[in-house]
Amino acid sequence: MSSPPLLRVRDLAVHFPVGRRGLLGRPARHLKAVDGVSFDLERGESLGLVGESGCGKSTTARAIVGLQRASAGSVQLDGVELTGLDRRAWLPHRRRVQMIFQDPYASLDPRQTVGSILAEPLSIHGLAKPRRRKLEAMALLEAVGLNPRHVARYPHEFSGGQRQRIGIARALALEPELLICDEPVSALDVSIQAQIINLLDELRRRFGLAYLFIAHDLAVVRHLCERVAVMYLGRVVEDAERERLFASPRHPYTRALLSAVPVADPARERERRRTLLRGDVPSPLDPPGGCPFHPRCPEREAVEGDACAVSVPSLGRVGGGDDAACAHQSACHLDPTLE
Amino acid sequence: MATPMLSVRDLSVRFDTPHGSVRAVDGVSFELHEGETLGLVGESGSGKSVTNLALLGLVPSPPGVVEAREVRFGERDLATLPPAELRRIRGNEIAMIFQDPMTSLNPLLTVGRQLTEVLEEHRGLSRSEARTLCARGLGDVGIPEPEARLDAWPHELSGGMRQRVMIAMALLCRPRVLIADEPTTALDVTIQAQILELLADLQERHGTAIVLITHDLGVVAGMADRVHVMYAGRLVEAARTDDLFGRPLHPYTEGLLASVPSFDGDPTQALASIPGQPPDLVDLPPGCAFAPRCPLASDACRARTPLLEEVTDPRSSRRRRSACLDALALAERHAGEASR
Repeated sequence: MSSPPLLRVRDLAVHFPVGRRGLLGRPARHLKAVDGVSFDLERGESLGLVGESGCGKSTTARAIVGLQRASAGSVQLDGVELTGLDRRAWLPHRRRVQMIFQDPYASLDPRQTVGSILAEPLSIHGLAKPRRRKLEAMALLEAVGLNPRHVARYPHEFSGGQRQRIGIARALALEPELLICDEPVSALDVSIQAQIINLLDELRRRFGLAYLFIAHDLAVVRHLCERVAVMYLGRVVEDAERERLFASPRHPYTRALLSAVPVADPARERERRRTLLRGDVPSPLDPPGGCPFHPRCPEREAVEGDACAVSVPSLGRVGGGDDAACAHQSACHLDPTLE
Repeated sequence: MATPMLSVRDLSVRFDTPHGSVRAVDGVSFELHEGETLGLVGESGSGKSVTNLALLGLVPSPPGVVEAREVRFGERDLATLPPAELRRIRGNEIAMIFQDPMTSLNPLLTVGRQLTEVLEEHRGLSRSEARTLCARGLGDVGIPEPEARLDAWPHELSGGMRQRVMIAMALLCRPRVLIADEPTTALDVTIQAQILELLADLQERHGTAIVLITHDLGVVAGMADRVHVMYAGRLVEAARTDDLFGRPLHPYTEGLLASVPSFDGDPTQALASIPGQPPDLVDLPPGCAFAPRCPLASDACRARTPLLEEVTDPRSSRRRRSACLDALALAERHAGEASR
């Protein structure tokens, strides 16, 4: 029997009550931000979680690290169930899972020096003696490509890209095994973004980290992640290894998403045929019945009968290697008809 | 070549702050022709948005000081026009759309009220005439049930719908120039694709010239006929889109293009990135502002600021413009790569 994966997420759901009537009244309805998400993440692996605003990718990440209570489902770190743990019980696991946020301006305390920002996780977890913490902080700055002599500076003295490096250094302080990165480069300018992408790539190799990398930019995800899961309205609709997902996407939503991304090549832009999706993403408060994508799906006609509007397609294997870990999965009624 | 509909010469914008004088835009010149799309790219603080605000007299003063040799729009010089006349042109002959449709629509007025106001103000139409035209305008940008949407409040619409409303509003008076400042940056890619398609389609139908300001090189590649690149307030390269992407003649452009992760590059290779940070506009280095980050920089680059000058591309024999002293060497290198 092989050991459990580093992270195992099964049927994770996060529902927010909306429109509660009175103080003790029952909520009128639920916003299903995450509605049955499952995936595994192996040690040292990098998994991209992509999708458009409101698809539930950030809420999934927050539920995994316990910043958001899961309504249902299970999150296991190395076989240990994390859902339902209180703050105190979470603490020993927190070391192993750290998070990097999108906004390097909002996620650093402006009144603390960089040295004390980096020493704080060490002191909370009682690691390193107080005298050694400054040295640790300096080593962390060096690891992320900043000048260790700037340890006494405040966040406002750094640029956006440098602040994101500080955020990364703070996440690395506890020597985690899993780093959850929520849109870590989307607030940065292109030339700085490339620097941070290279840094994340280098750190992963150097420290053998696993990444759960949340982003809406598919080219960035392709660069950093070996496997990609695509989310739509709170569900994973496709999950495949990088090469397969980008070369032969199966789900109609993945295909439309890939075709919508503009590429920095005028000749390719002229030739490309975009699959234009009609309308907007439906509200997760009032999701359509059946397949969540069916009202916008350009390939719905190809499915016989009314299956798309009636039943939710489950994530099923459509190809890939023998190993379950590299299976290509898609959740579309079209697939059984193809095989 | 036909007379440009908009011609800007030596535009500069300075902000006087307690920390010193910030030169946000420095000696920018460009032309815009009928029916074309001009892409203006650059990173935060490069001056691309301020350039266009300055054209329309929208830079707050103080602290802003705008200077220009000429901003010619048809027969008129916008730089010397009294504010009242400029107001008549703004929103009428030259319209703008901004990045964030939530902050540029008034949340306290219905969509219809904000749209009809434009026609009442600029065209002197009655409320009911204006409503009819506005409903048609909303229909033109692909908004379903346009009459009903006139009574909607901005918060009731999705981001994509709000941006459509902004575009409809900008096009109500059939402007000859549309300045689109990061029009799709706040939108998801599938919605971005819809909005870009819509802009291209409207341009084809009405011959509107578009200035497209964006940091997204993919959007520019698909939309622009010509591209201007800005760095630290100055234009550093100006070229036809194909030339710029295929054979960049400024090391900054080259670095920028190499920094973008692509769908066909080898993902296991590190991305080429530009070292260092963009300069502080209060404290610009002497000479070329890009020199501290430039792999080709020499003492000559640090001695004086290079101007945007013509170079002949040896491959296409087309005249190109670059503000790099080594532009010709870059052009010859591209020609060498192509012949190999």
